[in-house]
Amino acid sequence: MKERQQDRRFRIAHREALIGVGLAVFNFIWWYGFAYGLGSKPPEEYSYVFGLPAWFFYSCVLGFVVMCILVIVVVKFWFVEVPLDDEPEDEGWDEQ
Amino acid sequence: MNGAVIIPLCLFLVLIFFIGFSASKVVRSSDSFLTEYFLGGRELGGLLLAMTMVATYGSASSFIGGPGVAYTEGFGWVLLAMSQVVTGYFVLMILGKKFAIMARRYNAVTLIDFLKERYQSKWVVLVAAFSIIVFLFSAMAAQWIGGARLIESVTGISYLGALFIFAVSVLVYVIIGGFRAVALTDTLQGIVMLIGTLILLIATIVAGGGISNIIADLQAENPNLITPYGADGGLSSAYVSSFWILVGVGVVGLPQVTVRAMSYKNSRSMHRALIVGTIVVGFIMLNMHLIGVFARPILPGIEVGDKVMPLIALEVLPAWVAGIVLAAPMAAIMSTVDSLLLLVSSAVVKDVYLNYIEPRASDNRVKKLSISVTAALGIFVFLMAINPPDLLVWLNLFAFGGLEAAFIWPVIFGLYWQKGNKHGALASMLVGIVSYTLLHNFYPSAFGMHTVVLPVLLSLAAFVAGSLLTHSREQRQTIL
Repeated sequence: MKERQQDRRFRIAHREALIGVGLAVFNFIWWYGFAYGLGSKPPEEYSYVFGLPAWFFYSCVLGFVVMCILVIVVVKFWFVEVPLDDEPEDEGWDEQ
Repeated sequence: MNGAVIIPLCLFLVLIFFIGFSASKVVRSSDSFLTEYFLGGRELGGLLLAMTMVATYGSASSFIGGPGVAYTEGFGWVLLAMSQVVTGYFVLMILGKKFAIMARRYNAVTLIDFLKERYQSKWVVLVAAFSIIVFLFSAMAAQWIGGARLIESVTGISYLGALFIFAVSVLVYVIIGGFRAVALTDTLQGIVMLIGTLILLIATIVAGGGISNIIADLQAENPNLITPYGADGGLSSAYVSSFWILVGVGVVGLPQVTVRAMSYKNSRSMHRALIVGTIVVGFIMLNMHLIGVFARPILPGIEVGDKVMPLIALEVLPAWVAGIVLAAPMAAIMSTVDSLLLLVSSAVVKDVYLNYIEPRASDNRVKKLSISVTAALGIFVFLMAINPPDLLVWLNLFAFGGLEAAFIWPVIFGLYWQKGNKHGALASMLVGIVSYTLLHNFYPSAFGMHTVVLPVLLSLAAFVAGSLLTHSREQRQTIL
């Protein structure tokens, strides 16, 4: 009984760790893509958003907002609450 | 300087002391001293967990050094600093529930407890404790110097006097209040940072005549300042990206961060901390580095980077508001120092003394020892910082990089790879530390990336090779 409960908790933990890796990869691509995609042309040709250079706005400001929203969505919809102590807190975990 | 600046700073310190004293009551009444003193009794809620993570990480390197470098390098350095947003969610998602469950099962209070139970090896413990004590000690010294310099530049007190004030304030609440005091003060300090940087950013933008105006001034002075490549074009994309390892994902291996991932109460606290932490860390990093860049047209010609924050605050804000805002960088430093101090102390008391010198020490003896070791370490750092080495940011980053190279794979594989064993862990730590030290001194920035990248890859190879090579032999032994 106990083993099965732990398996289930660890499966959840492993999935959430993979989600973390996925988010970090996405974050890096967004950050790198906008910064060096838009920022590598000469400064005279830059366009501006809210007064900031467009590469910076999309990469760092918008990118940050997008990551916050993603983290909220991921945590609210995919993260599962599990007991952290080894003694089962409610019997529901042993079913299934 | 003037009283209006100093009064808010003093009030801030008084508040910190007050928190320390109320936490010490909980420590005195607790029936499990070690877990309470070094881990706050595993009772951290979501907000506290997020704030103590962010505050521990948002150190002098980013708070004092960061805006100063942004002042010199322009937007390229803000881009680099934003690689830290990832720490807000990555650390807790990767270590996550598995680490919390395992830490509870092992009854682990420190990162080293976890490694000890996972790998069952004396040498893993001793190498880990040694590297924590050496590396974090140097990180701590760097932070104290930063704190003292800040007080010096704001109040005009001599460096020694400033160092003394700083040391006493931190020592008192850490010694009496333990982890609980650290987490509570971190939360206060995090809130001060959040509000302080926001006020200062807005005031700076107003003083510079709006964002478009400031950007135009920067471009007129040196067009490179508004590109991602730094003032002289020296920040290559490979170099900036490699900071994703140093200050982003690699943070998973830092002992002061991992210990927080075993301190929370339940999974709900962790979920909340993921969201709050990501928002807060990104917000603070963005604000304070932009302050550094935007300060340039307003106050040109500042030569010592560390003075950019204090000087711009005094320039664009009324004196008493500047006092509140300047409590922010001081908060950042204090909140990093306090956790490092406690961690080094736990490595000495819990990991070395209780494991190998006197495992049967009485509770009372452990209590006295923890408090006196913490105090002795604090005084020792103070003495080191009186005559400090010069390069604040690099001394600090040296410690971070070394610890990351040492611990990242033993922690991650310890959780997620069953074949990982003590030979792999030991090889990985030794290769990480030795290669980092050698590369840092003889071949820094290999392939145009930060020094940390190669040692992290080498220690990965060492872990995998060490574990696989010894795996079959160990299995044979268990069969026999």
